[in-house]
Parts: sequence; C-alpha cells; structure tokens
Amino acid sequence: MISQAFLQHYWWIIISILASLLVFLMFVQGGQSMIYSLPKNNTQKTMIVNTMGRKWEFTFTTLVTFGGAFFASFPLFYATSFGGAYWVWIAILFSFTIQAIAYEFRSKPNNVLGKKTFDLFLFLNGSLGPFLIGVAVATFFTGSMFTLNQMNQVHWATHWYGLEALLNVRNLSLGLAVLFLARINGLLYIINTLDDEALTKRSVKGLITNSIPFLIFFLFFVISLLFSKGFAADPTTGTITVEKFKYMHNLIQMPVVLILFLAGIVCVLYGIGITVFRKSFSGIWFSGAGTILSVFSLFLIAGFNGTSFYPSLFDLQSSLTIRNASSSLFTLKTMMYVSFIIPLVLAYIWYAWKAINTNKITEQEMNSEEHKY
Amino acid sequence: MIDNIDLSLVDWSRAQFALTAVYHWLFVPLTLGLSFILAIMETIYVKTGKEEWRRITRFWMTLFGINFAIGVATGIILEFEFGTNWSNYSWFVGDIFGTPLAIEGILAFFLESTFVAVMFFGWNKVNKKFHLVSTWLVAIGANLSALWILVANAWMQHPVGMIFNPDTARNEMVNFWAVLFNQVAVDKFLHTISSSFLLASMFVLGISAWYLIRKREEQMAKRSILIAGVFGLLSSLMVAYTGDESARTVSKVQPVKFASMEALYEGKNNAGLIAFGILKDTDKKIGGKKVREFAFKIQIPGLLSVLTGGDNDSYVQGLKDHISGNEKLGIISTPEKMQRGKYARDVLTSYKRARLINDTAQIGAIKNVFKDKDFQNKYFRYFGYASIDKPEDVIPNVTVSFYSFHLMVVLGFLFIMIFSIALYLLFKGTISDNKWFLWIALLSIPLPYVASELGWLLTEIGRQPWIIQDMMTVSKAVSQISTGSVITTFILFAVLFTGLLISEVSIMLKQIKTGPKH
Repeated sequence: MISQAFLQHYWWIIISILASLLVFLMFVQGGQSMIYSLPKNNTQKTMIVNTMGRKWEFTFTTLVTFGGAFFASFPLFYATSFGGAYWVWIAILFSFTIQAIAYEFRSKPNNVLGKKTFDLFLFLNGSLGPFLIGVAVATFFTGSMFTLNQMNQVHWATHWYGLEALLNVRNLSLGLAVLFLARINGLLYIINTLDDEALTKRSVKGLITNSIPFLIFFLFFVISLLFSKGFAADPTTGTITVEKFKYMHNLIQMPVVLILFLAGIVCVLYGIGITVFRKSFSGIWFSGAGTILSVFSLFLIAGFNGTSFYPSLFDLQSSLTIRNASSSLFTLKTMMYVSFIIPLVLAYIWYAWKAINTNKITEQEMNSEEHKY
Repeated sequence: MIDNIDLSLVDWSRAQFALTAVYHWLFVPLTLGLSFILAIMETIYVKTGKEEWRRITRFWMTLFGINFAIGVATGIILEFEFGTNWSNYSWFVGDIFGTPLAIEGILAFFLESTFVAVMFFGWNKVNKKFHLVSTWLVAIGANLSALWILVANAWMQHPVGMIFNPDTARNEMVNFWAVLFNQVAVDKFLHTISSSFLLASMFVLGISAWYLIRKREEQMAKRSILIAGVFGLLSSLMVAYTGDESARTVSKVQPVKFASMEALYEGKNNAGLIAFGILKDTDKKIGGKKVREFAFKIQIPGLLSVLTGGDNDSYVQGLKDHISGNEKLGIISTPEKMQRGKYARDVLTSYKRARLINDTAQIGAIKNVFKDKDFQNKYFRYFGYASIDKPEDVIPNVTVSFYSFHLMVVLGFLFIMIFSIALYLLFKGTISDNKWFLWIALLSIPLPYVASELGWLLTEIGRQPWIIQDMMTVSKAVSQISTGSVITTFILFAVLFTGLLISEVSIMLKQIKTGPKH
C-alpha cells in the first residue's frame, strides 16, 4: 500500500529533479547574460544567440513544468509563495516573457522595437532570471514573512510582497551563485557547440573570471547554511521548532545526500578544470551533471528529514512542510502514474537534442541557415 | 474566510488576468491550427517529393514561428497568475486544478518544445521522415496542451469528481476520470480546437488571397487555398456541431449562464431561438438589476425548446426561475441557496473552532456531517452562495453574454460560407478572376479572432460571479496583495503585450510582403 508520506517524498524528489534540470538548463540564460561582453564582432554574437536560441524552449518548458508540478503536488506552497512573494515571482515571469519573443523577433525585419531592444531583453532575462530564481530558492532556507489562517489563506506580513528577500545577504549570495553558475555553464556550452577558435579562447578566459565569484558566493551560502539555524518539523505533531545547525544535521543524517552534494561540486569543478587546463570540449557535461546533483541535494536538504521547506519567520507554525503543503493521497497517486512517463520524455529530448547538435555551429552555417535568430 | 476584500483589488486582478488571457488567445489558436496545416503540407511534400511543397511548408512555418513564441510567452504568465493573483483559489482547488496543469507540462509542453526545435532547425540535419514526424508531434503536442488547460477550465464551469475536506479547507479529487471526461471539458476541447483550425485556415486563405490579388506566387497561393479550404470547411462544420453540443451542455449545467446568453428572463415552453436581436433597457428590475428586453428581434419559434429539450413543448428556464425559484420544476430560489450556503459555512466555521480548542467529540460529530451525502448535496454544494450579498448578483452581464454568443454564431455560419465558396471557385478554376471574393477572404482574417475572443468572453463573463460555479465567488479567490501592486503589473503587462503585438503584426506583414524564398 502506497502511503501519503511516501508520495510526498516521491513528489519532492520529482520537484527537486525539475529544479535541478532548470538550473542546468539556465546555461541559456548564462549565455544571454554575456552577449555584450563575450563576442568580439556581430558574427560571434549571432553564433552565441543562435546556439542558445536553439535550446531556450527547454529551459522555458522546464520552468513551466516546475510550476505546474509544484501546483499539483504542493498547492499550499503555490498559493502561499506566489500569492505573497508577488513581486519576486512577477519579476521572474516578466524576465522570461521578454526572452521568449526576443529570439524570434530580434533579427526579423520591421520588428518595430529594434534589434538592440531585443538584445537587451535577452541580456535582462539572462542576468535577472537566474539571479531571481536563486534568491527565491534561498528563501526555502532563510524564510519569509507570512501567516496562514485557519482556511490556509495566506497573508503576507510586509508591504514589500517578496522584495524584502533582496535585503537578505544569504539570499543575494545564492542568487549571485546561481547567476555565475549559469554563466559558467553557458560558456562551457558555447565551447562545446560553436566552431570558432577565437570565441573558444575568450570563453576559456571567461570561465576563470566567472568561476572566482561563483565559488565565493556559493561557498558563502553553503557555509552560512551549515552553521545557521533551521526549521524542524515534529514528525508526529507537525509542530515547527527552530533547530541549530539543522541543515548540517540533515547532511550528516542523510549521508547519501551529502555524497551527492559533494560529488556535484567536484563535477562542476572538474568540468571547469578539464576545459581550462586540458582544452576539453566536454566540460559542459561534467559541469551540467554537477549542477544537477548539487541543486538536487540542496532541495533534499530543504524538504527532507523533517524540515520545513518554506519557513515563516512571522508565524513559525504557518511554515510549510512536504507534509502539510501537499495534495491529497488520491491526487499524489494519480500524479505518480503520470510521472512514469518522465523517462520517456527525457529519452526523446535526448534523442532530438543529439539530432540537432550533431555538428558544431559554424560561421558558414549562420550565413546559410534560413531560420536564424 | 477572508472578509473585507477590497473590491478594486478584485477588479484589477480580474483585469490583469483578462488582459493576459485575451492577449494569449490572440496567438494560441493560430499555433493550434497552423501546426496541423504545416503537418499536412509537409506530408504532401514527403509523399510527392515535390520541392514546391517544401517551399510552401517553409513559408507558412516562418509565419508560424513568429506567432509561436509570443503565445508561449503569454502562457507562462497565465499559469503563474493563478498563484500570484488568485492564491485563495489556488489552495481551494489546487488538489484538482494543479493536476491538469502539471500533466500539460509533462505530456504536452515538452513534446511541443522538443520537436519544434527539430521542426525549425532540422531541415538539413535530420532525414525527411524524422522531420515530418517532428512536425506532426508539434501539432499533437500543442493541441494536447490545449486539452489539459481546457479540462482545468471546464472544472471551474462544472466542478465534478471531488469532495470537500474540512481539515484542509479545500476540495480534493476523488475521481480523475470524472474530471477528464467532464462533459463540459469534452465540449470545450472539441469546440476550441476546431475553432482554432478554422482560424488558421482563414489566416492561410486570406493571405493566399492577397497573393492572388497581387498576382504573385499564384501556384503557392492556390495550393495553400486548397489545404486551407478543405481543412477550414471541415473545421467550420465541426465548430457548428460542437458549438451546438456545448450550448446544450451549458443549458444543463449552467442554466443561469444559458438564460443570460439568450437574454431569457421569463422561462417558457415553445421558446424561440433568437436569430438576431437588439437589447434595450427597461424600468423593470430583478432586485436592483435592470431587466433588458428586445427592442427588435428575429426569432425562429420553438427552436430553442427543440434544441435544449428535444421538442417544442420543452420548458426553457429563465433567469427569474433561478432567482425566485420554480417549485414545479424543482428549482431552488437563490435566497434559499444563500441560506443553505451560509449554513454550510457555519458548519465549517464550527469545525474549525472545535479543531482550535481540540474538542474531539465536536470534531468527530461535524466530520460525520461532512461525510453525509445529504449535507453535501443539499447544503455544501451551495457553499459559494454564502458569499453572495443579493440574489440578483448571481446574474452575469446579460448584454455581454447575449451579444458575444449571438455574434459568434452568426460569424460561424459566415465562415462555412466563405470556405465553401473558396473551394467552389478553386475547383471551377476561377478563383483568381473573382477579385470580390479574394478581398472578402483577405478582410475576413480578423473575424475568427473576434469570434474566438467572443467565445471566451461568453465563457468567463457568463460564469460570473463565480470563479468555481456555485462553490466560490471571484471576490473570495483573490490574493491579499496591495491594489497598487496589481495596478502596476497590469500597466507593465499591458504595455509589454501591446508592444509585442505591434511588433509581431509588423514582422508578419513584412514576411508576407517578402513572400517565400525561391
């Protein structure tokens, strides 16, 4: 007999997988954030935009599915966070809306707003998207200001409606770490898919300059996380209490997660290392796998082992856990059957991805391609 | 429940959602329909091997691409606005409503987004057959996504397959198949996709007509008209059939909406179908609401009774039957429903109070009340009426409902005519000589857009004041955020969407003027 507790964990794993894939796929945003700084000329810019443009749909769809899956499996989070931290989510949405059309419109004649505007849209989405998503995810650990009434309706306790998250240094550090990680992955993807020696050289240089801030912000966030208080949920009563070193305890008490987390970091560093020192083109796959493992582990630390994944600093007992925020047993079970199709989805994505990426993008191809961004 | 909701917050939240939905629906129907037209054209190319068909497919694919991204962009906002602007609703129904949205993402969006990349960029990278399969999968994926969001919307019109859980204060799904095969969902899906096929066919027909007027690309234009004419005619016939089915279902599950779209205040036997009518204000009132009567009408006697009940003696319910009740027909009056809704709300409040003080005896007793089918059917099903102030508030805007419905029907018949004439002239071989028709076809491009938007106006305005029929009013569903925040984002989105629309139209016109590549 499948229990609701099992399904709550199962669905948190699915959410964590989607979140980790999303952060990896934000290499598209990372690439976009460098369209002013990385290319030396218009041809290089066109090549960068086109290599990213062929993958923007995946990131976008993963974000939409992440939202839909969260809504279906943990609707109280959807109602609480989206309905309260209004401005953070709206800013994220806004940045993704301008991205979607920028690719298709930027090089089309008579696009009214001009190529420069659409390039600015790409830059804004590339910079703000990963940063804001990082800040929003950081509140899973640092908490937010809300209360829920008896009918589970949210009341946000500040008039900033989510913008207050930007005043927290830890939130900012994760936001910046995600941004620089997206840029690192963006550079590795460019090295992997573009056939342009000069651009590859610049990308390798860029890797070094982006890796330093990434490591600083990421380590700051992780160290502060390990030594900070966390929000523990009593397994029987569901009562929330503040626990010192909660997230460090989670890592120790879930050694598999600890191993995954460390393996993730090592993979990211290895991906960067082999690109910089061995001139390898495959860094993206190591760094990508590392990104997925690290983000996946972070989500497990946030939601598993009796932890509140969306703590309330205003009213501790309103904090959300995978237990009190989830859908009913019936819905979770129905959704579990639907989730069985995910491996098939991943398989056809991989197949189609390979079919399109068989050869590197060249300057020649950019001149002959009909559907060009 | 939340009291003292700021009405302007509700209005601005509605305005923002309506703005997003209206813009989203300007782009999506073309994606739904044109994707199938592309798939048909490419199939002919692969079957015949003629390069001309490849050129034709690629030309329409360019226009598809321009439209596609903007539909996707507005769609993401809609999905998240359920949470940002309607958080109380999101919790109240998230257990049911979230499921179709998640399935939409997993099943449909990935299919669409994966293969759209192959469709756009794979011409010289994958073999012909793989490319063709990709194009078909884009069409199937796009239309599958429509299925799931329409299932969710249909549930708001006719909530089924759930039970209310007093512990969590929300509705919980108990029958997935009831939600999926909800009659409203089936009608809505078939009507929506067929109307989208029609819209795309008119788009292709109209643009092809322009080429014929200009005496350019005549071979491409005629071949496109052939596909659009056949696809459009079949679709418009399906639109008429599914529209009729849909109206019949509305008359059963949302009788107040149905009476509003017919502007039928007094129920009657042998009710006539209004073919054309103009409404005017009168001094008569239902509560505080003015009754609108026909200043002029052309009606087909008895037909409304026949269409809804099977014969012309059938009684068609009017708005007054629902406000004042009709004992003979077993229709409960709105004031009575309000009483029952308030009783259900009081029971829920008592339950919550008992939970607060941990009064186990009371908790058990009230839980049993909630399990009682009689309580569910006689009281809890009117839960939303507890939030209704005046009985007449359950009447939606009759003027908008009536005109949007009737104009949509008139346009529907016009489309059948246009596609029929197009095919007739094409097979006769005189389509290029009949400039009058080519102009009509060109100028008709916006009409399916108008009809499609009218359909949504009717669906959503006709459902007011409910966000979930009889269960929850729109005013109780809104997120508790500041009105100023919503006004600001409304303006931001209005400016952005309008800018993007202007940009898209301008790009599209330029691409059409340029024509296909040789």
